Amino acid sequence: MDTQQQQQQSAIQGAKVLMVGAGGIGCELLKTLALSGFQDIHIIDMDTIEVSNLNRQFLFRRSHVGQSKAKVARDAVLRFRPRINISSYHANVKNPEFDVDFFKQFDVVLNGLDNLDARRHVNRLCLAADVPLVESGTTGFLGQVTVHVKGKTECYECQTKPAPKTYPVCTITSTPTKFVHCIVWAKDLLFAKLFGDKNQDNDLNVRANNAASSSKETEDVFERAEDEDIDQYGRKIYDHVFGYNIEAALSNEETWKNRRRPRPIYSKDVLPESLTQQNGSIQNCSTTDDDDSTVSAMPLLGLKNPQELWGLTQNSLVFIEALKLFFAKRKKEIGHLTFDKDDQLAVEFVTAAANIRAESFGIPLHSLFEAKGIAGNIVHAVATTNAIVAGLIVIEAIKVLKKDADKYRMTYCLEHPSRKMLLMPVEPFEPNPACYVCSKTPLVLEINTQKSKLQDLVDKIVTAKLGMNLPLIMHGASLLYEVGDDLDDIMVANYNANLEKVRSLCSSDTGLDLAVSHMFVFSQFLSELPSPVTNGSILTVEDLQQELSCKINVKHREEFDEEKEPEGMVLSGWTQSPATNGESASTSNNENAVDVTESSSGLENASKKRRLAENQAENDKKETENVESDDDLMEIENPVMVSKKKKRVE
Amino acid sequence: MDGEELTAQETALYDRQIRVWGANAQRRLTKSHILVSGIKGTVTEFCKNIVLAGVGSVTLMDDNLVNEESLNANFLIPPDENAYRGKTVAEICCDSLKDFNPMVLVSVEKGDLSTRSTEFFEKFDVVVIGYGSLATKKAVNEKCRKLSKRVAFYTVDCRDSCGEIFVDLQDYKYTKKKLEEKVECELNFPSFQEAVSVPWKPIPRRTAKLYFAMRVIEVFEENEGRKHGECSLLDLPTVLEIKKKLCEANSVSESHIPDSLLERLITGTIEFPPVCAIVGGILAQEVIKAVSGKGEPLKNFFYYDAQDGKGVMEDISNSFTS
Repeated sequence: MDTQQQQQQSAIQGAKVLMVGAGGIGCELLKTLALSGFQDIHIIDMDTIEVSNLNRQFLFRRSHVGQSKAKVARDAVLRFRPRINISSYHANVKNPEFDVDFFKQFDVVLNGLDNLDARRHVNRLCLAADVPLVESGTTGFLGQVTVHVKGKTECYECQTKPAPKTYPVCTITSTPTKFVHCIVWAKDLLFAKLFGDKNQDNDLNVRANNAASSSKETEDVFERAEDEDIDQYGRKIYDHVFGYNIEAALSNEETWKNRRRPRPIYSKDVLPESLTQQNGSIQNCSTTDDDDSTVSAMPLLGLKNPQELWGLTQNSLVFIEALKLFFAKRKKEIGHLTFDKDDQLAVEFVTAAANIRAESFGIPLHSLFEAKGIAGNIVHAVATTNAIVAGLIVIEAIKVLKKDADKYRMTYCLEHPSRKMLLMPVEPFEPNPACYVCSKTPLVLEINTQKSKLQDLVDKIVTAKLGMNLPLIMHGASLLYEVGDDLDDIMVANYNANLEKVRSLCSSDTGLDLAVSHMFVFSQFLSELPSPVTNGSILTVEDLQQELSCKINVKHREEFDEEKEPEGMVLSGWTQSPATNGESASTSNNENAVDVTESSSGLENASKKRRLAENQAENDKKETENVESDDDLMEIENPVMVSKKKKRVE
Repeated sequence: MDGEELTAQETALYDRQIRVWGANAQRRLTKSHILVSGIKGTVTEFCKNIVLAGVGSVTLMDDNLVNEESLNANFLIPPDENAYRGKTVAEICCDSLKDFNPMVLVSVEKGDLSTRSTEFFEKFDVVVIGYGSLATKKAVNEKCRKLSKRVAFYTVDCRDSCGEIFVDLQDYKYTKKKLEEKVECELNFPSFQEAVSVPWKPIPRRTAKLYFAMRVIEVFEENEGRKHGECSLLDLPTVLEIKKKLCEANSVSESHIPDSLLERLITGTIEFPPVCAIVGGILAQEVIKAVSGKGEPLKNFFYYDAQDGKGVMEDISNSFTS
């Protein structure tokens, strides 16, 4: 062994490594780290093992289903490398025990995560603890590995990540054009309305001209009377949502001027007069619970193959049958169910409902297998890409440990070779000076301060956009908001100071306790807060766990475009490339990555290079989607996925 | 489409990958038979990947007895001397692989690959030679080519932090979807013999240096009667001599192949596990493509070098001369 190899080996053996995620990438990574000679590995994962993991998470067996991924992975690797130390944590990485001090003990952090939220959280902790991060992600045959070292390379959040797709409300409620719209309707509106929290807002009923008065009536449609026959009830729901609601929508002529008119569908036209005779099975079933997850309508209807396409009648039968089964077998859960892709009955119901709606709107129907993928946002995954990516992570981790900063690379795994390359290394970018996370650059928030509540700000911006876990919002010296079960002293002091004002606003003469005042402030308009937030206000938003603080400059704006800005507020500041905002914006652009000269290293040039490269990656992605699927079948959920590709290393 | 439906159990297990390559491709995979010889780190990775993917059967050939060295980069062998003493690498790996996916038939075939008759290979759809000698690779490739059915042939080799894959799919037809249309494509692959005898002069200069360097090492091991990886720094003068001869014979300058690269290849005899994972992953992906007939295959060499981080395809065939 030469001295270089010896150096490498001692760097590896002396390293203390944190792995976040013991799933697809995690299993491969833990194996490769152990084989490469790493001696001290800590691994966090909150998940337990499922059957659909077994095709690629090779450290797990069928007998492990239901157990902690982190723990089983540890035990499996110790079998072929018994003398190394592996500590497993069956926990959420966002838990408070994994604070900055916890992160500081490691020489490098390696991410094998499956969601944007956790990735951002870990990025912030790594920045705060000044520990290098190697980040990764895969989707199908595509994958990438990036290196983030504070002050040297860009952080994970220096570029905005494509947000999960959202759809305008009226596309979902009234004018679906793609199957995914029907899925969202079936899952987020109908399923939620029937089986979820009754108190939640729900846009299920179309707002039709002549239906305005019937809001009280329609509320009652979804309520099942104690003694109401389940079959009757199912048909009533069916007729209401697929028949009456469509009819009501059709009356709104304006809507259909340039659109294909949907067809109302009533149960009597599709289903035989009485189902109860045919499906006596249901009535005979006792209502005592067997295992919830195994309740299924398909076998009762003689349907076996989840990849088969059902016609309107089959979908209608599944709809009624699944609905009945919920009431017959899972009554206790009704009122607090949320859609879960691993809940067979829920998947059956949503598939059937989405297909009936699709039929009504002339949209091609889909199999349960496909519908499940869309509804569950299932990221398709194979073992090979994960193995390759894990190998690349270890190679970068070793460079980080040797502090070989010149050699750091981000690597993209491509499905279609680009300039002969299947694995394409790219030099990391420098930190983005406009990044609010690692460069603390202020953000700008356009918002209607008179119509938006503090709650909207917290939910739509601080939590959803800024990805904060335990946020705190200050306006000058006054505390507007802090998350947590117990309000701490500062909070109390501030509330006391504002309490008088709150009381008068509330026009209540009884003493408000703190929790009530907290709730009260939460639902208050920004401009009417004890410390009013108006045009020009500067807010400080902090997360004490992530040790991240950022400033938001508030700009009052009256109007927002309901279609394009459905949130009613716009956050900007660190966004560099508007081209990636819209899904359609960059895909039509076919210019391939032309070499951009490296002479000027200005930000503008850098972002130009980035955009050129993005198009290339985007093309690759588009092609992949075309090869593998229908155009709207896959929602590439994985946020890190090749949305960017950069200057190639020569 | 072709043959039986996937079972409910298969659909549940393979759910995530069926979403990548479709049910038809999965069906073809479950019917494919793969022969693998030379089970070191990269091949171990490859075997894990295809067993997980759910091929029909995997037949392992490696009669070497397990020793300390075979443990390196191999996660299929538990490091318990009492458990592995007297067993061959293939036997131990077979036990571990079976465990990964009970739906795949994993078995061991004893004996020397190079002495097998042509008929022997007929049972397989894919043959993978890991760390084989030049003679073995040539001979087995020729036998596969003689069969009336097409047997996909691959070789793989990793040295230091570099890896090489060779692919021969003979005359290969596949479909790819361009936008909305399905396009029929055809590729003609040269045999291993043809691919390693392509004159160097017309090969574009930007071609991976590893292609040439690996040919030098191959000839060195063949001439000296060495086993794979049986070399050290002491052999450098002989290796450089062979390089000089080959460059002269091909009328290219000696700078074509950096000495430092050759030095790495003969001294880096311990496998580097991350590179095994990468090269074994690419190889499995290619085998899955060839079996399922889906997607554009790699033609006909692949190189990875952890030092520059590139994973490159090189098409080396006689097309340069024509």
